[in-house]
Amino acid sequence: MDAHIQVKNLNVYYGKQQALKDVNIEIPKNQITVIMGPSGCGKTTLLKTFNRFLELTEGTQLTGEVLVDGKNIYDRDVDVTEVRKVVGLLAQRPAPLPMSIFDNVLYGMNIHRMKKDRREYKDAARHYLEIAGLWDEVQNRLHDPATSLSIGQQQRLCLARGLAVEPEIILGDEPTSALDPISSQNIESRLIELKQQYTTVIVTHTLRQAKRLGDYVIYMYLGEVIEAGPAKEVFNNPQHERTRAYLEGQI
Amino acid sequence: MSQSNSTFSKQSNKQTEGRPPRPSVSTRARQDQAARRTFFVFTLLPVLLILFIAIALFIRSWPIISAYGLSDLLFGEVWRPNNEQFGFWPFILGTLWVTTVGVVLAVPLCLLASIYLAEYAHVKMRSFAKPILDLLAAIPPVVYGVWGLLTIVPFVDDVLAPLFDRWLGSVSIFKVNQPTGFGILSAGIVLAVMIAPLIISVMYEIFSTVPNDLRHASLAVGATRWQTIRNIILPQVAPGILAAIVLGASRALGETIAVLMVVGNIPQVPTSIFDSAYPLPALIANNYGEMMSIPLYDAALLSAALVLLIVILIFNILSMLVIQRMLRRKWAS
Repeated sequence: MDAHIQVKNLNVYYGKQQALKDVNIEIPKNQITVIMGPSGCGKTTLLKTFNRFLELTEGTQLTGEVLVDGKNIYDRDVDVTEVRKVVGLLAQRPAPLPMSIFDNVLYGMNIHRMKKDRREYKDAARHYLEIAGLWDEVQNRLHDPATSLSIGQQQRLCLARGLAVEPEIILGDEPTSALDPISSQNIESRLIELKQQYTTVIVTHTLRQAKRLGDYVIYMYLGEVIEAGPAKEVFNNPQHERTRAYLEGQI
Repeated sequence: MSQSNSTFSKQSNKQTEGRPPRPSVSTRARQDQAARRTFFVFTLLPVLLILFIAIALFIRSWPIISAYGLSDLLFGEVWRPNNEQFGFWPFILGTLWVTTVGVVLAVPLCLLASIYLAEYAHVKMRSFAKPILDLLAAIPPVVYGVWGLLTIVPFVDDVLAPLFDRWLGSVSIFKVNQPTGFGILSAGIVLAVMIAPLIISVMYEIFSTVPNDLRHASLAVGATRWQTIRNIILPQVAPGILAAIVLGASRALGETIAVLMVVGNIPQVPTSIFDSAYPLPALIANNYGEMMSIPLYDAALLSAALVLLIVILIFNILSMLVIQRMLRRKWAS
């Protein structure tokens, strides 16, 4: 397997409580990996270690390694903003920034000064709105506030904003849980379209979504990875009793 | 209305059969009414109090206003009660100078401190620094006055005045005309320290109203904390920051004892931050109850109080309007 992210002996503590226990997994390149498991099993915690968002919560401690392209992102010489540029995040609830639709898409590009002139920025805005499947709906109202969009459109805007800084990895923390069924479907089809170019890691608590999206599946329980493998194998022939119980209980 | 009320109370009686009787709906409704009226009266009280104070001040200062005319009083530059000359202009300007210097010194520091506490500091640092700031706010003004007298006045006199005179002496607002240390700058420094805890804690609260989702959205694309603060958080909290500054300035406008201990108390129109001044609150506090033999002196001091009240009201109303405008523009965009 061509692993894009490798997790080695990862332990995470919230204060004295251990949230992740000795996690060792590999995330395949240019596929959709789905992390599933019951609430409180540590799937979001694991996801947050991939873009170093965990350290935004105070009182967390982490041991072990998370390697992206072979480099441990927790090494001292790593610039956290560079990590987050490479590893984008689609949050659970869409969080449009308090500015126009146009400025939202370009926010990260401006931060990293990625383009030279206005023309290039304009083209980039269009490009990423098209990829996110939002261009047709907003092309005539680019300078309206982003908050005037529907919540499903907002989530696609956040996807465009994340893609605009040219990441290699997209993380999704239950990215459709706040959306209506049609918007969810829309986001799901974007993610499937994009998996050729991006390594995607999605946390989900709905088994059906995991089956629809997952190429590779990680099942977690109480902070431990119980089972990980290609989706077909895990869904059709789970090796572990707990995974089997979860899969059957949910259907 | 009464019809439906009685049906409801009958029902509730039926349901509570065999249990101790609860107050009927109409009794509870009456209690609710009574509570509502009581709260209304106590809300109205402070509003009425301000009105009564203003009216009383106006009545008591009417003798001097009618004798001299409002514009002569407000803009008169000479204050010689013995000669029956009552010009408030030096005091009004003294108040504004001292407040401006205090606010200008305090605001940048408060902004940086509150940004640090709200956006950068760890829980431990926060829980250490916040109580200390609250403690600073609780120190009595007279203690700040003594501190200013013993520390700030000599510091201004020995260090700042010579320094400014040497390098910026040609700029009139930094010119040292009265090398005593007692003056606007000393008062401004003391005021800045006094209003800082208030401004910091209000600003801190305002920063905490920004939802974390916004911070995370910015950080997630690789922005630094500072980029997030500058691009996302500061534009978001600007009206609130202004409100915090207004609150601090209002406090500064009325601060009396600490200011009068270090400001020099000379009724003159100031032209430099090193000049002595005589703000309105100091005038009232120093003189009320003394020299009452001079005709119209009582009316003069009470009209000074009226002027101070009006200055503070105008200042607050104006800033409220500005803040509302900013908020409306924010929603519109």
